[in-house]
Order: sequence, then structure tokens, then C-alpha cells
Amino acid sequence: MSAALDLITRVRGVRGAMLVSADDGLVVAEQLMEGIKGGAVAALAASLAGRLRRAMEAAGIGVSVFWHLQGERGALLVVPGTSAGGILVVAVAEPDVNIGLVRLELLRAAEMVV
Amino acid sequence: MADDVRALSAQLAQDPHSLVFLRLGEALRRKGQLDAAARVAVNGLERHPHLADAHDLYARILTDKHDYEKAFDEWDMTVRIAPNHTGALKGLAFLYFKVGDLTQAEAHLDLAQRIEPDDPSIAQAIAMVRGGAAPPSPAAPPEAPATPTAPTAPTAAAPSPASLDESRVFAGLEGANEGLLLIDGAGRVLGGALKDKSGTDVTDAVAAYLAGVSQEAARTAKLLGLGAWSGLSAEGQHGNVHLSHPTPEALLLVVRDRGVPLGRLAILAQRATTMARRWLERET
Repeated sequence: MSAALDLITRVRGVRGAMLVSADDGLVVAEQLMEGIKGGAVAALAASLAGRLRRAMEAAGIGVSVFWHLQGERGALLVVPGTSAGGILVVAVAEPDVNIGLVRLELLRAAEMVV
Repeated sequence: MADDVRALSAQLAQDPHSLVFLRLGEALRRKGQLDAAARVAVNGLERHPHLADAHDLYARILTDKHDYEKAFDEWDMTVRIAPNHTGALKGLAFLYFKVGDLTQAEAHLDLAQRIEPDDPSIAQAIAMVRGGAAPPSPAAPPEAPATPTAPTAPTAAAPSPASLDESRVFAGLEGANEGLLLIDGAGRVLGGALKDKSGTDVTDAVAAYLAGVSQEAARTAKLLGLGAWSGLSAEGQHGNVHLSHPTPEALLLVVRDRGVPLGRLAILAQRATTMARRWLERET
């Protein structure tokens, strides 16, 4: 699991990466810079993932493969769900991070933790 | 003209990577063979996706086919690649006029005039816009205008002020009636509509779920120290979505199939957000 998180945290601009249980929002593994509260990230990411999943299913788009919340001072990037056996692979990043690169590493990490 | 098409087709067959497709597409367009012209333009775009003139050609063909939403997208792409492309600026001005946005129409023509100050057709188009008449469609060949000007003026076509305003929320955007949804903070629909793959209207169901997503996104961004959230992009199994909030209370969803990459979807969403914000400001 540590190797999976290494893939993500080595990308420039990533402040932390985590594996989160999608069902209960608890931390499974984490590599975070100081100041990031793992428990809060896990709970909020899982909650938002659940709401987003329901909206996307209602729209007929199916389950999400990747999502990305952009804020003024940073971004939350997530590869959710089924491909990782109910585990969310989560990254917290600077606002100017290379999103395409983080997405690729999140997907690779998700394959590793299945 | 038929000889032109034959000769150009032969040239293109000989060298499929050449830019002769631009002349062939235009020749077919002028002959009114719009499906054939569109095929030529699309094939050309596949080989030259960053060629501004190719997007301009396709936009003119789409305008002739009255597919104004896609034409807008193509001209928009043209000016992203070549900001001084006066043909595209005139095209966008024409489309803005058609949806009643005279300010944008005139702004695009003004920009075109700054780039080509000696082009009398631009000055003429500006005068027409100021006088309330539609500027000539850039798609129409000079000798045989394809689009009559007066009947396309939005003031002549408007059925009522209320329905006109609603239809303009996303006017000019691709898929405005099927893949865009604007809701208020309580999940009530303000504009747009959504259909699933089978064509079933899922507008109300999605709107209800989205109200929760918006609040959750705002809470998550705040608690994680990300500041105010500006957008949420998601890649699904059968499509991509982008969420944004034109005003603190409203939420805008843009849905497209997976063929539209998230980056392009974000650009489209940004444009829709601006339009929605303007509309909301006018309404309140």
C-alpha cells in the first residue's frame, strides 16, 4: 500500500495521498504532509464521493472513474470505487498541480491495491 | 464548379495530408453539398486538428446546415488557435446576433475591425448590428447569400419575452437542451435539461441529487483549506460531467459523452457559467 501511495506523492505539487474506505470514510493508509488532517480528508472525500455517485447514476453516466474538486488554494483528486474494491484513492494537491499526471498515478495506485 | 470539385478531389486522393481539403470543402459547401463538405472538413480536421482554417471551414458548413451550436464551438476553437482570425470573429458576431447578444456581436466585430481596418464588410456589419439588422453570415458566399438577414433577427422571431429569456440561458452552446442543467440552491431547475442514454428525461432526479453535491463540495473545500471551490470535474463510465456555481446559490452541470475530454468540458462549462451568470443577473 505504501508503494501505491509513493506513486502519487512523488508528483510535484501533491501534498498528500490516502487510501480511504468508501463505505465508512475511514483511513486505510496515508502519506500526508504536516498540517493535513487525514481523518477529515477521508470522511469528506467519502461523503462527497457517495453523493456524486448517486447524481451520476441518476444522470445515466454510470459510476465515476475519477473526480477532481478544484479550489482556490488547492485540489482534491479521487479515484473511487469498484475498480479498487471499495477503496478510494485520494490526493490533496496544490492548485497548480499537473492534474493529468496525478490522475494517471491515482489510477495506477488503484490497480495496485485491488 | 463540378470540374473544380473533381480536380480537387483527385488532388486530395493523391495526397490526403495536403491542405487542399480546405478548397474542396469550400467548393462543396458553395455547391450546397453540405454533407459531403462536412465529411471533407471532418477528415481534414482529424489530420490537422490545430489548423484554424479547418475549424473555420467546418463552422461555415455547420452554419449552412443551421447547426449553430456546433458552429459556435468551431469558431470559438478557431479564435483560441488563431485569436486574429477575422472570419471566425465575424462568424461569432453573427451567431451572437442571432441569439440577441448585440453587445458581444458588436465587440467581436470591433475586434475584427482593429485587425483588418480596411475591410469594408466589417464596417458594414457593425453598422447593420447598430441598426438592429443581422450582419451577413460569414458562411454565405458573396454572390448568393444563403441566410436572409431580416428573418433571422431575434426580435422578429421571439414568441414572448419570458420564453425568449429562458431559451437564451445557454444559447449558442452545444447540447444546450440535453446536457446542461442550471439549478438553484434548493435543487429547483432554472434552465436546461438532461436526458440519459435511452432518451429519458432525468432532469428532476439529477437536480435533486445535485443540491446535496453542491453543499458537500463547498463544505469539503472549506474544511480542507482549499478555499472556495470553483469546479468539480468527474469522469464516468459513460460520460463526463463538470459542476460549477455561476452564483453562490446556483449550480451548473454540464454533461457530455466520454469523447469530450475533461479539459475541453471545463472550457465549455466556463462559457456556460458566464452565460448563466449573466442571465441570472438580468433575472434578479
